[in-house]
Amino acid sequence: MGVMDMKLAPPDQAEAPLLSVRDLGKMYGERIGCADVSFDLYPGEVLGIVGESGSGKSTLLSCLAGHLQPDQGQVVFQTATGPRDTVTMAEAERRRMARTDWAFVHQNPRDGLRMGVSAGGNVGERLMAIGARHYGDIRAQAIDWLGRVEIRPDRIDDRPRAFSGGMQQRLQIARNLVTGPKLVFMDEPTGGLDVSVQARLLDLLRGLVREMGLSAIIVTHDLAVVRLLADRLMVMKDGHVVEQGLTDQVLDDPQHAYTQLLVSSVLQV
Amino acid sequence: MTDQAYNFAYLDEQTKGMIRRAILKGLAVPGYQVPFASREMPMPYGWGTGGVQVTAACLTPEDTLKVIDQGADDTTNAVSIRKFFQRTAGVAVTEATTEASIIQTRHRIPETTLSAGQILVYQVPIPEPLRFLEPRETETRKMHELEEYGLMQVKLYEDIARHGQIATAYAYPVRVEGRYVMDPSPIPKFDNPKLSGSAAIQLFGAGREQRIYALPPYSDVVSLDFDDHPFTASKAAHDCALCGASDSYLDEVITDDAGGRMFVCSDTDFCGGRRAGGHLGALGVAGAL
Ligand SMILES: Nc1ncnc2c1ncn2[C@@H]1O[C@H](COP(=O)(O)OP(=O)(O)O)[C@@H](O)[C@H]1O
Ligand SMILES: [Mg+2]
Repeated sequence: MGVMDMKLAPPDQAEAPLLSVRDLGKMYGERIGCADVSFDLYPGEVLGIVGESGSGKSTLLSCLAGHLQPDQGQVVFQTATGPRDTVTMAEAERRRMARTDWAFVHQNPRDGLRMGVSAGGNVGERLMAIGARHYGDIRAQAIDWLGRVEIRPDRIDDRPRAFSGGMQQRLQIARNLVTGPKLVFMDEPTGGLDVSVQARLLDLLRGLVREMGLSAIIVTHDLAVVRLLADRLMVMKDGHVVEQGLTDQVLDDPQHAYTQLLVSSVLQV
Repeated sequence: MTDQAYNFAYLDEQTKGMIRRAILKGLAVPGYQVPFASREMPMPYGWGTGGVQVTAACLTPEDTLKVIDQGADDTTNAVSIRKFFQRTAGVAVTEATTEASIIQTRHRIPETTLSAGQILVYQVPIPEPLRFLEPRETETRKMHELEEYGLMQVKLYEDIARHGQIATAYAYPVRVEGRYVMDPSPIPKFDNPKLSGSAAIQLFGAGREQRIYALPPYSDVVSLDFDDHPFTASKAAHDCALCGASDSYLDEVITDDAGGRMFVCSDTDFCGGRRAGGHLGALGVAGAL
């Protein structure tokens, strides 16, 4: 099964994957959520997950991020103290890691923001959660991060309700990245946005990923998004990974019939 | 005389036993909210049904009971609860803080330092300090379990961002024994320092929300704050107009239609005691109430 011979700590640390996923599976009763998913994600790498609606992308992402308990498999993350299986890890530790080493950008900003809390409070929450207790410092960092996602500093005390959809999404990104995570999970981050707003957000994301050396796993049904952001691509169908490889290779020379269909249907648009 | 239609202190023994177990659990895990099966009481929620049930479970025939509302013994709420226990338990009552073995309170801690053997019972409307920002009970429980208290700090951050300072003046959140974050009930933050290191047992009862929590004697209780916005136990910058006290919590009282006002101790027993001892404020009359 490849589980036992998986290398947990290869001798060359520079080559160690940030995330090693093996045989991950999640059922919803009789229905397959996702099954037999295995891949490695290396530091600084962006992995795109594509597939039609219902193919298991969100289920997989939730299992990876610890929001859903998988039925089987391993999700080994390279922590500061070495590789750890986050599936079997104590919940307290997993949640702590989710606040420090990981970030999760939801499709709907409402799921990722506190709508009743100011922009500054939204960005500052993760800092306070890991012990920041100096108001001036927290605020300075919030202003810095608002700037990095192109939100004017004078909006710091406004609530997200007063923001446009694109701004809310950028605020969600700032709120997630303020603690300098290593790995960002994104579920359809440009989903509900206008095309022009999407482009700007993608540009911003690409810049941040490069600048911070982030690793990212981005779920989308939009091949243009992965073309722009993802180094590697995984194609899902009925809960299974049917094809994976370098993004350009998969998109330009799809091997699996389903991928061919997916790519051609996009080209026709 | 006890009204024979009721069991001692109204509640039946089995219910009192259940509440006592919740109290003991609360004392064993300071600041932790213990669920309990709150009973219907012959008074509406919001009138301190949680506190009344805790008091009922603690009372013995030998006890002397004091009841205060906003520091005063003579307000409607305090009078009715006091009468309730006189009728159902036949216990002695007092207005003197030092003479009471059990004090039930709404919104204040007495000024007079409590001593070993005394029990202070707080009436609590909303026991969950995280409720304000996280309405999901499953999630707030998880936050307590995992000591995820960043959100509590966000509330204080929002205060400073909006008002330039921590504007929370009542129900100011505290951390107990370095572990649980707790709502001290809507006492003024002026009273927060009295929560810590008290020789008395402090019990908190929330009737509608069905929660009991506790501070055993000499618990370490710290008010949350920021390094650059430290907690301050503020009060009106006046002396009591009646007894001259400069270190007690004051109520502002409107004295006439022309907008005249004065500041007086909210703790009526404390104020009366000082006046009986000869202390006089600007408008004070010796010995009068
Ligand atoms: N909570 C759930 N309960 C039952 N079935 C679910 C649940 N969530 C997803 N599914 C099913 O699992 C499959 C994968 O869904 P999902 O991961 O949401 O796919 P995608 O994100 O690719 O649209 C679908 O058949 C879907 O109907
Ligand atoms: Mg989905």
